[in-house]
Amino acid sequence: MPNADRPSPQEPLRVSILRQGGYLIASIHVALDDSQLHRFRDDLLELIGRNRSRGVIIDVGALDLIDSFACHTLRTIAQVARLRGAETVVVGIRPDVAFTMMQLGATLDSMATALDLEDGLAWLANAADTDNPLPSPPGLR
Amino acid sequence: MEADQQLDEADSEEAETLLPQLVAHLHEHRSELRQEWASRINDAHLLTAMTPQEVFSEVTSVYDNYVEVLETGSVEELRHYARDLSERIIPRGVETHEVIGVVLLLRDVLARSLFEKYRDDFGLLSRVLNAYEPAANRIATTVAGSFVEERERVIRQQEDSLRELSTPVLQVRERLLILPIIGVLDKERAQQLTEQLLGGIRTHRARVVVIDITGVPDVDEAVADHLVKTVDASRLMGAGVIITGLSSEIAQTLVTIGVDLDKMNTVGDLQGGIEEAERLLGFKVVRTEDAQR
Repeated sequence: MPNADRPSPQEPLRVSILRQGGYLIASIHVALDDSQLHRFRDDLLELIGRNRSRGVIIDVGALDLIDSFACHTLRTIAQVARLRGAETVVVGIRPDVAFTMMQLGATLDSMATALDLEDGLAWLANAADTDNPLPSPPGLR
Repeated sequence: MEADQQLDEADSEEAETLLPQLVAHLHEHRSELRQEWASRINDAHLLTAMTPQEVFSEVTSVYDNYVEVLETGSVEELRHYARDLSERIIPRGVETHEVIGVVLLLRDVLARSLFEKYRDDFGLLSRVLNAYEPAANRIATTVAGSFVEERERVIRQQEDSLRELSTPVLQVRERLLILPIIGVLDKERAQQLTEQLLGGIRTHRARVVVIDITGVPDVDEAVADHLVKTVDASRLMGAGVIITGLSSEIAQTLVTIGVDLDKMNTVGDLQGGIEEAERLLGFKVVRTEDAQR
């Protein structure tokens, strides 16, 4: 498993991107500022192409806040990834974070979300299987 | 300035000698004044929730406490008694205006008896009233204040217990929660409900939540909006929400505020909602007889 947490001209990104079968699992460990989010986005999209991934899981369980810019970035990643043949699911949003996002009006419209890594993997497995009429709960997609 | 001060000192000295006189007077005429007060309460149709015997026995205690305050100048005892009394009479529906009215009546009754006693010496009467009035007002404030405090305490307590009772998050199948909402949904309760729901999704690892609002009479726009946001927030945690039991009024409110209805998964009643949820989760409920066949 290659680890994409590579050093950069600035400080290293506190994000790990692991390959698991045909999927990429990206875990964000600390809050990222706007430029770091951009680097994360670019790194991840680059890796999707290189690994010919079918699915991407972004684990945000360590984040205390997901603001509108982060939402926007996540949506962009999902849209671009889809164009490159990969489905994206965001996992691990904590209850208090979801509550704050709701109050701020920050949403992940049309993005898939799942409770945790396990559910995220199950969702991707279902999403790939188009014969399955029920890839996700009604709210998901 | 100096003269004023001397006058003040003279006044307070006089108050010291007048108050014991006053107290002695009230002790002496205890039964008749108490009786007079009780009948005034009756005439004014106050404390109708209590029997005349009860009123009289409370009147006696309050009277004695009242005189004691005049005697000692300390309202602690009275405040304690007033709290205790409030605790007993609040559940019986005694209103704030009644309690204040009753205390003011006692003040009037006593003032009248002082007029009676000192009517020949207007100067003395005036000095007696100077000593009496501040003490009497303090007593009225204390009793009314204690009553209102006690009432607020009861209300807070009721609110708290109602809040705890009002939003159960229940698991009915693996990864399926139901949230029956009963009663008026105001903004504060709606928020608290969302917090509990999101926490419940985490702890029960829910994938589908059925929110049943059959028991909600009406919602305003802010709450309807909040409900929709709750659906969004649950979705962020990977749980789908099915809303059941929308009354036609609430449905109309949702339409009026222009809710994005594509996002809302609604089913007519709770049974239908649970069946739909089971279907989504891959459960199938079969009668045992049918299964055996």
